[in-house]
Amino acid sequence: MSWFLPYPLLSAALLALWLLLNQSVSPGHLVLGSVLAVLASWAMAALRPEKPRIRRPGAALRLAGMVLIDILRSNLAVGRIIVRSREPGVNAGFLTIPLDLRDRQGLAVLSVIITSTPGTIWVSYDAAKGTLLLHVLDLIDETVWVRTIKDRYERRLMEIFE
Amino acid sequence: MSPLAILGWAIISAQVMLGLAMCCATYRLVAGPRAQDRILGLDTLYVNAMLMLVTFGIRTGSTLYFEAALVIGLLGFVSTVALAKFLMRGEVIE
Amino acid sequence: MNAAGTLPAWAALLTALFVLIGAAVTLIGSLGLLRLGTFYKRVHAPTLGTTLGMVSILAGSVLCFSVLEARPVVHEILIAVFVTLTTPVTLMLLVRAALYRDRTEGSTDVPAAEVAEDLIPPA
Repeated sequence: MSWFLPYPLLSAALLALWLLLNQSVSPGHLVLGSVLAVLASWAMAALRPEKPRIRRPGAALRLAGMVLIDILRSNLAVGRIIVRSREPGVNAGFLTIPLDLRDRQGLAVLSVIITSTPGTIWVSYDAAKGTLLLHVLDLIDETVWVRTIKDRYERRLMEIFE
Repeated sequence: MSPLAILGWAIISAQVMLGLAMCCATYRLVAGPRAQDRILGLDTLYVNAMLMLVTFGIRTGSTLYFEAALVIGLLGFVSTVALAKFLMRGEVIE
Repeated sequence: MNAAGTLPAWAALLTALFVLIGAAVTLIGSLGLLRLGTFYKRVHAPTLGTTLGMVSILAGSVLCFSVLEARPVVHEILIAVFVTLTTPVTLMLLVRAALYRDRTEGSTDVPAAEVAEDLIPPA
């Protein structure tokens, strides 16, 4: 089975993409999409990427829900800063956070979470020292931000990926 | 006012707002002051144009605008990445 | 509104609400491009349009077409997934390019590179 479908999640995602693009679940599209998905996963196997291991799918779902709520809340917060504040972004600043997360997929997910949340952006990561440089729009209390990133996201990502 | 008329007005006002948003992005694109500000303006302009196309789709009831929005999104991503890469190294393909 | 003539009242009102919220959030985000003072502050502004603004307008589109065609029309999810995955990539690349440029010019507004290797941009 593993030689036939080296990346089952990737193949499933590609098939879903094909069906959504064509807006149909007719047998013809199912067959064509499946063939393309399998061929693409073989091409991917030739590149030999690291295989991500998701240990706890339940925790991943909970994290996704939490991130959605956080994105909604920070949308409102950043919107308020832009509209109401007389001098918007006066508290902005850079912030360095030491990370314990080492897994590359986990770091990639963390970077997407942090950057797509309005108000925080991932600037750079030092792999040797394991420190992360962030830019935060509303940096009033540094320890609050460090605790938010480490307790809310990093701990859960370590549960999922490590 | 019937609900459909309200929807029509809502879509027109949404398009006006998105148009203003595109103006803000264009101002950043033209005024700069630095190259990274201009690229940020261009990226925002692409996203706003994509959303504008989606509202056109709702207004006309045609799903054809969806493909156009998808293509604009793709082009915006590729061009912004290429420009950011250019800022970093002075060349796009090495 | 020629094509949407058969839309029931609740769907029309809900679509109107979604589209208005999305457009307003996107406008506030783009307004941030004007109001915020430096590049690093401005980079936060477009994420409003690419998260809540986009999702809200796409939700309106999904609702409108699903009710109109009496079947689930969900291909807007593709745009949502695509934008969610690509925006962080472009913003991170842009910020790193800006940081690199500021560092090579010796700007004091950005944290200095701790080792010389940080000044060499990643391949």
